[in-house]
Amino acid sequence: MDYSLSSLDYSQFLNMREELSLMLVILLVFVADLFLCKEPKDGESLSAQKKSPIAWVTLTLFTVHTLINLLPCLNGSMDTISAFGGMYQHTAMMTVVKSVLNVGTLVVFLMAGGWLNREENRVKRGEFYTITLFTLLGMYFMISSGHFLMFFIGLEMASVPMAALVAFDKYRYESAEAGAKFVLLAIFSSGLLLYGISLIYGATGTLYFERLRLAFSADSLINLIGLTFFLTGMGFKISLVPFHLWTADTYQGAPTVVTSYLSVISKGSAAFVLFTVLVKAFGADDLAVEWNRALFWIIIVTITVANLFAIQQQNLKRFMAFSAISQAGYLVLGIMGGTAQGQTALVYYLLVYMAANLGAFAVINVIEQQSGKIRIDDYDGLYNTNPKLSFLMTLCLFSLAGIPPFAGMFSKFFIFMAAFNAGYPWLVLIALINTVLSLYYYLLIVKAMYIKTNASPIATFRSDNGTRAALVICTLGVVLFGIMGVCYSYIDSLSIL
Amino acid sequence: MENQFIFTLLILLLPLASFLFLGLAGHKLSHKAAGLVGTICLGIVAVLSYYTAIRYFGSPRVDGAFQPVVPINISWLPLGKLSFDMGILLDPISVVMLIVISTVSLMVHIYSFGYMHGERGFQRYYAFLSLFTMSMLGLVVATNIFQMYLFWELVGVSSYLLIGFFYTLKPAIAASKKAFIVTRFADMFFLIGILIYGFYTKTFSFDFTDAENARNIAGAAFILPTALFLMFLGGAGKSAMFPLHIWLPDAMEGPTPVSALIHAATMVVAGVYQVARLFPLWIQYAPETLHVVAWIGAFTAFYAAAVACAQSDIKRVLAFSTISQIAFMMVALGVCTEATTGHGHEGSLGYMASMFHLFTHAMFKATLFLCAGCLIHAVHSNEMSMMGGMRKYMPVTHWTFLIACLAISGIPPFSGFFSKDEILSASFAYSPVMGWVMTGIAAMTAFYMFRLYYGIFWGTENKEHHSAHTPHEGGWVMTFPLIFLTIFTLVAGFIPFGKLVSADGQAYDFLAHFDWKLGATSCLIALVSIALATYIYKGEKQPVADRLQAAMPRLHKWAYKRFYLDEVYQYVTHQIIFKHISKPLAWFDRHIIDGFFNFLAWGTHELGFEIRGFQSGSIQKYAFIFLLGAIVLIFIMIL
Repeated sequence: MDYSLSSLDYSQFLNMREELSLMLVILLVFVADLFLCKEPKDGESLSAQKKSPIAWVTLTLFTVHTLINLLPCLNGSMDTISAFGGMYQHTAMMTVVKSVLNVGTLVVFLMAGGWLNREENRVKRGEFYTITLFTLLGMYFMISSGHFLMFFIGLEMASVPMAALVAFDKYRYESAEAGAKFVLLAIFSSGLLLYGISLIYGATGTLYFERLRLAFSADSLINLIGLTFFLTGMGFKISLVPFHLWTADTYQGAPTVVTSYLSVISKGSAAFVLFTVLVKAFGADDLAVEWNRALFWIIIVTITVANLFAIQQQNLKRFMAFSAISQAGYLVLGIMGGTAQGQTALVYYLLVYMAANLGAFAVINVIEQQSGKIRIDDYDGLYNTNPKLSFLMTLCLFSLAGIPPFAGMFSKFFIFMAAFNAGYPWLVLIALINTVLSLYYYLLIVKAMYIKTNASPIATFRSDNGTRAALVICTLGVVLFGIMGVCYSYIDSLSIL
Repeated sequence: MENQFIFTLLILLLPLASFLFLGLAGHKLSHKAAGLVGTICLGIVAVLSYYTAIRYFGSPRVDGAFQPVVPINISWLPLGKLSFDMGILLDPISVVMLIVISTVSLMVHIYSFGYMHGERGFQRYYAFLSLFTMSMLGLVVATNIFQMYLFWELVGVSSYLLIGFFYTLKPAIAASKKAFIVTRFADMFFLIGILIYGFYTKTFSFDFTDAENARNIAGAAFILPTALFLMFLGGAGKSAMFPLHIWLPDAMEGPTPVSALIHAATMVVAGVYQVARLFPLWIQYAPETLHVVAWIGAFTAFYAAAVACAQSDIKRVLAFSTISQIAFMMVALGVCTEATTGHGHEGSLGYMASMFHLFTHAMFKATLFLCAGCLIHAVHSNEMSMMGGMRKYMPVTHWTFLIACLAISGIPPFSGFFSKDEILSASFAYSPVMGWVMTGIAAMTAFYMFRLYYGIFWGTENKEHHSAHTPHEGGWVMTFPLIFLTIFTLVAGFIPFGKLVSADGQAYDFLAHFDWKLGATSCLIALVSIALATYIYKGEKQPVADRLQAAMPRLHKWAYKRFYLDEVYQYVTHQIIFKHISKPLAWFDRHIIDGFFNFLAWGTHELGFEIRGFQSGSIQKYAFIFLLGAIVLIFIMIL
């Protein structure tokens, strides 16, 4: 094939609908941020402007983007779209995943309002939206990649701005520290990943996933090392044990809004990509045995270690970090065997996890903004002062723990069923035991809120409208995604390998 | 065809909407508004149900039978080969049930305006009624056994909520718990039956004619009798078959309109409906087991009729009469020996008879209960001794009650005669023994019903009680449902029911097959029983009854105490199960199992403490562990 610029068919760009539309949103937000700010009057600093239309502009544009890309996904064409000689590949399932990420990002934006309106952040409101959307664009490319180069560019596009987000409260010591830790370890893992990719290229002479599938096998050590470094790089993004050590520190230090974004959007996209790449590029039978064996142990260690640590935590954000690590273990359970059922279960799990985790973070965030309290014992007696928030938090925690009839029970059920059918009954058993363990620490928070008493409880307050909207979306998700079987069957109808 | 009936979805959605609305916002409405919302929703549901029936039975037959219609069926949870579906199935029996449920429920909604007037929690009451109606309708239109089970449980919950509606009264709480626990215990068998059935047949669907389903079911023929019998046990719990009937008399602690709706006309026939629904399987794969069901039914019918003869609480008499009548329906299903109506055989007559009796019984039993409600409303007591001579004060109640009594006793031309006669001829066709047993029980029915009738409306007037407060009829909201249902009772017998419902869908003209000799005999026996009851109980003084009671004190006391069955249960649960099984198990649980989990928790905690060194915060160490992890992974892959 001739890839020279002169023969490039520019109409191929039209295949990248989601990316183009997101690109447009980013540019508009960027420009709007430049021009919508009013000139500060004399003696008034920029940060004194309390209201700015930028939040509305972003929310509106992004909602439109989300809806537009939701619509074609409803009539679900099953064809795989391939552009630029196979660099860019797209299936209907990817539209679903991108839509899930879109909705998640929308919820994050909704709950970010209170934090961005603080005096120290007002001046950089626009930056938050732009940077976040850029990381999302990176994930889009990563999801739709058909070539390791494209994949790596997407990955870096998602990671580098993420470091800026983590350190967004740059004058706060913890935030800056978290940013530094994140960026250093991200570089380290990217280095390993890149090294792995170069080994793969050296061994086979190609980086196209489809050709790799034929050319790549488990017969040489170089191949296995390449595969391992790929796994570690993704393990870092998904925060699987033992590549998870940055997670707790970063989650704790980063602004809560960013933490929630990291824990759902970033993690979820990486898990889906891990599935796609493993099946597409490393799908050869003998190789599949190897990565299944590796993942088998990674999952066991991830879920168990994360649960053990979660029980110890006193800081709620650290606690959520370990909870998220353990949830990532369940998410990866869908990859085992690389079956179509596993893919469905993974995407469904992601959908449900998004609703529950973002809901919990929305509560944590609004309480942190209102009272600055973030320890679990601060939540003692929350029910007496803020009954509605406590109730919603309880729903989300129940869903995370997998208590019926909330969506989390269904998603766990389907992911266990997928792993079981793929031939890993023991893994499912261990995961089940861990689910029981996880119940303990999720209920600890519920106990704190409902049963324990507190001499100085968090005062009663009224949440801002953005948080309310976010909570409504999340609660609907937690309640409805499960009992509406149509969610699962719709995803299932799009599942192809 | 399918699309014409899509409106039937509203039949389920309207009561659900009403329940959600009244449940969430009811406390903000006035009593009247809440009642109106519920009643209007039910009114629309009733109209839709009648419209469905007219449309359905008006549609052309294919091969002489009405074809089942599935307007909607969505796959709720797909699980590989099996899937849990939710949908609506219209066939002759479900359409008949729609009529029964919506009619009685609407009447009860109207009646409750008067009966529950001024009660605390009036809105809650209507919310629960809507919930119940929705669940019951969902149960009968279920397209598969799993959906049936879901709604079955919902029905159980709403029954529990309504029995315990007066939640400050101790007996009501105890009764609601008893009803819930006993039926749940039976439902456990139902669930096991469903799981066994689904495991072997790979389908839950009621579409037994579908080629693939039929093949799968035939492949599982060896397990079907077990599965079906387990499912029947669930049905026996809901339909109060001996010995799982003990909850029903206590359930009378609920408000009387609720007893009329749930514990007389609709929910308690769920078990009968379930057997009828699975009838093609029963008759083809488990005919012997089906006859066992018939004998269980016959014994229940006899037992309950005997107890009913000695009760003094009017609602309890009606409750035992309900048990006995439901058992009649069960017997009718159980005596079937074949699935087709052709060849002049009467082997499948029972199916039609059972559904017919279900229909007529719902109407006259609801009438009886609503009459009882009027009486209780008037004299503030359930005891027969507080009544007597009520015919002077409450003429409407008196006449409607009398007509319903004649119907249940099987006197022509009232509806009960026709349906009961079909059951008797089906029983005789199966075996003469069964036929005579059932005829005898029918005679007992006439006797205890007229004992009740004379005890309430004739006999000695309790002047002491009445002088303080002269009993009178409730307003039109209470009398209208009585009259409406009585009209049903009067005309229902002339509905050509066999043409609408029969085992294989072929029109069955039972008048052509009518056995005049049998009809005359059963009628005569009923008349004799009534005459006997009149002789014993009509007078001011009742010397014969007193003498009988004195002559057989033991028997009377046993029957009055319901043959001490509740005491047996009490003994078995408390003395045997609690003491000798539960206590050791509790010890095992507390010391061994809890000990293990405490150990696990302690171990987890200690381990967590030990390994926290990994999470040091030092970034060099993180990178080191990262690399170490990668190397370990490589080794895992190589080895």
